[in-house]
Amino acid sequence: MAAPTPYNEMHAAEGGVRTHYQAFDKWLASTSTEWLSQKRAEADMLFHRVGITFAVYGEEAGSERLIPFDVVPRIIPADEWRKLAAGLKQRVRALNAFTEDIYHDQNILKAGHIPAEQVLKNSQYRPEMQGVDVPNGIYAHIAGVDIVRAGAGEFYVLEDNLRVPSGVSYMLEDRRMMMRLFPELFVHYPIAPVEHYPDLLLENLRSVSPVGVNDPTVVVLTPGSYNSAYFEHAFLAQQMGVELVEGKDLFVNDGFVYMRTTRGPKRVDVIYRRIDDDFLDPLAFRADSMLGVPGLLSAYRAGHVTIANAIGTGVADDKSIYPYVPDMIRFYLSEEPLLNNVPTYMLRQEEDLKYTLAHLDELVVKEVHGAGGYGMLIGPSASKEQIAAFRERIIAEPAKYIAQPTLALSACPTFVESGIAPRHIDLRPFVLSGKEVTLVPGGLTRVALREGSLVVNSSQGGGTKDTWVLER
Amino acid sequence: MLSRTADHLYWMARYTERAENIARMLDVNYQMSLLPQGGDIMEQSWIATLSISDLMEVYQRKHDTVTPAKALAFMAFNRDNPSSIYSCLAAARENARAVRGTLTSEAWETLNSTWIDMRKAVTRYSLGAEIADFFEWVKYRSHLTRGVIQGTMLRDEAYHFTWLGTYLERADNTARILDVKYHLLLPRGEGAGGVVDYYQWSALLRSVSAFAIYRKVYRDLITPRRVAELLILTDDMPRSMHRCMSQVYMHLMAIANSQSAETERRAGEMHASLLFGRIDSILEMGLHEYLAEFLARVADLGERISQDFLVPSAIR
Repeated sequence: MAAPTPYNEMHAAEGGVRTHYQAFDKWLASTSTEWLSQKRAEADMLFHRVGITFAVYGEEAGSERLIPFDVVPRIIPADEWRKLAAGLKQRVRALNAFTEDIYHDQNILKAGHIPAEQVLKNSQYRPEMQGVDVPNGIYAHIAGVDIVRAGAGEFYVLEDNLRVPSGVSYMLEDRRMMMRLFPELFVHYPIAPVEHYPDLLLENLRSVSPVGVNDPTVVVLTPGSYNSAYFEHAFLAQQMGVELVEGKDLFVNDGFVYMRTTRGPKRVDVIYRRIDDDFLDPLAFRADSMLGVPGLLSAYRAGHVTIANAIGTGVADDKSIYPYVPDMIRFYLSEEPLLNNVPTYMLRQEEDLKYTLAHLDELVVKEVHGAGGYGMLIGPSASKEQIAAFRERIIAEPAKYIAQPTLALSACPTFVESGIAPRHIDLRPFVLSGKEVTLVPGGLTRVALREGSLVVNSSQGGGTKDTWVLER
Repeated sequence: MLSRTADHLYWMARYTERAENIARMLDVNYQMSLLPQGGDIMEQSWIATLSISDLMEVYQRKHDTVTPAKALAFMAFNRDNPSSIYSCLAAARENARAVRGTLTSEAWETLNSTWIDMRKAVTRYSLGAEIADFFEWVKYRSHLTRGVIQGTMLRDEAYHFTWLGTYLERADNTARILDVKYHLLLPRGEGAGGVVDYYQWSALLRSVSAFAIYRKVYRDLITPRRVAELLILTDDMPRSMHRCMSQVYMHLMAIANSQSAETERRAGEMHASLLFGRIDSILEMGLHEYLAEFLARVADLGERISQDFLVPSAIR
């Protein structure tokens, strides 16, 4: 199957540079490859010095890697962003409503929109959360929704990340880097600021504190400095001016959570956790977890502490639930979805399974619980052997998989070995839900640096770009 | 503040200070090796350096003989030696990384850059004449780290824990430097005043940046007794044990909590004995015995500080 020509963010199909890239194009024409290389080397040096790096397990302590940073920005015109932002807010409102419903009355199941066993037998469904009220009914306080552009430029939601989405620090650091490297570009463009994200996040976290707490103590809970996202945890804690804690810094006493300080215990009201549900509380979930806080779940259920995101949000961003999000929007909000879902075959259903097995060379097959671009088959670029091996895995456990058509992800000019060339990108905006639903104009643009690759994950050779949302 | 945070800051500061003092100690050995003298004095000097740092055992696991080149490489760059400059800067940086959100970004970037350059230094500096540049570099980075902490950090508990670590480590290190050198040099005769002696004692003073200070304070010949007095009892000498303990006491009082009274008392007692001590009674007791007791009390204070304020989690 010949791959269709992807939508190019900068160049129109009929030739010519799109309006919103024209000033950039002119600037680019005035630069030399050597100079850009030099700027990129400068960026690498700065990222190393600031320590915007991740440790690689098994390598010598202190040797860390960078996520490659591309100097060509991704530009989103104001009108496109308005539509996107409206669609994102709508989607996250519905997902929060869905999670609250699932852990209370389960009206959507009773109404027959989603097969009950698909939710209640899902490994991400947490029966411990049934009937638990959370402040403002918010479960996904921070959502990192993955958006791609395909076809003639339509936006599709690829995944709703509602557990511990990461990457927002790169959104902020990429912007800082661009302003430092190319200040002249910022004169030509009305670029919407994103720097206030940590303020919004703090305000948002404070707004969901337990009932009766006026001046809540907020902390960021990290698995520790060897976690690949540790930089981001430290960064957010510092930017918000709150403590960065590890599980061993916290303890539960009489149903309340405290941190160990040099002046004795201090009560904690809101925990922005960057640890998966499974590791949060060894008494409730994985008993072998060294990262969690024994008794945290019971303090949470008693309403004495807020955990963001809530325990059990995984039930709403699971790939097997994803196909129902448009129905959720109609059901809870009585609105039509503003953003497209990617058509999805659920291999638990016989017809979809049959179709998928017959078209494996055209489809992308994903594990329902997979993340990070692992456990995935990209049919058009897979070998016969890979397809055959994957077929066996699907037949063995069809319910573990979904399939989607291979989208021709949009491409954006990117500075690679051969000079400026198109590479596939996606976009992860960060949607905050508290008293209201907000998002900063921007997000993390990830780029697949290998030619032809559709995998943008940093663990598999992806890089990042600054994302410019234009104000007019 | 979090106990774990305090612990990391305290150890970050201790390791930064330790790296500097090891560089100072190695530098004085190196400078002395340039003077005309027998090879066995050099060997003795290195043996003493390794012993005083409690590293003889680790060293002997790797090498059969003590030679200046081997010992120097072991103390400067060896990764298996937990007290090499390389390991100290690695530990300082790992502790800083664990609390990078508590440090100012300038402070963190200074420590991180030091570490990035340390990794390059292993291949950049040869063990010949260039090694003196390496020691200069280590001292310079340590000055810079302290300066950026002094110049950018909020005067809160984090600040006091950082300085508490710095001065406690320095008190320990000055005592060790004095102990190892004093006894190597002393048999050559109190106040003998030969040219070689002059250079030896001045090298020791230079290793703690005290040569010019000595001149200013005494305006007279360099004698072992005065060197000891300067490094132990002189309050305005920034690396003297007295100065370090008065700073330890001050920072400790600033972070005092409900269970730290005994620790404060012991620190105060040490400070008072330095404040009112006389060099003659110290020399009468025996300088080595005096310093050994001092080191034991510093270690005790360190343990008590950990118990009262910290949790044992830092990267050591």
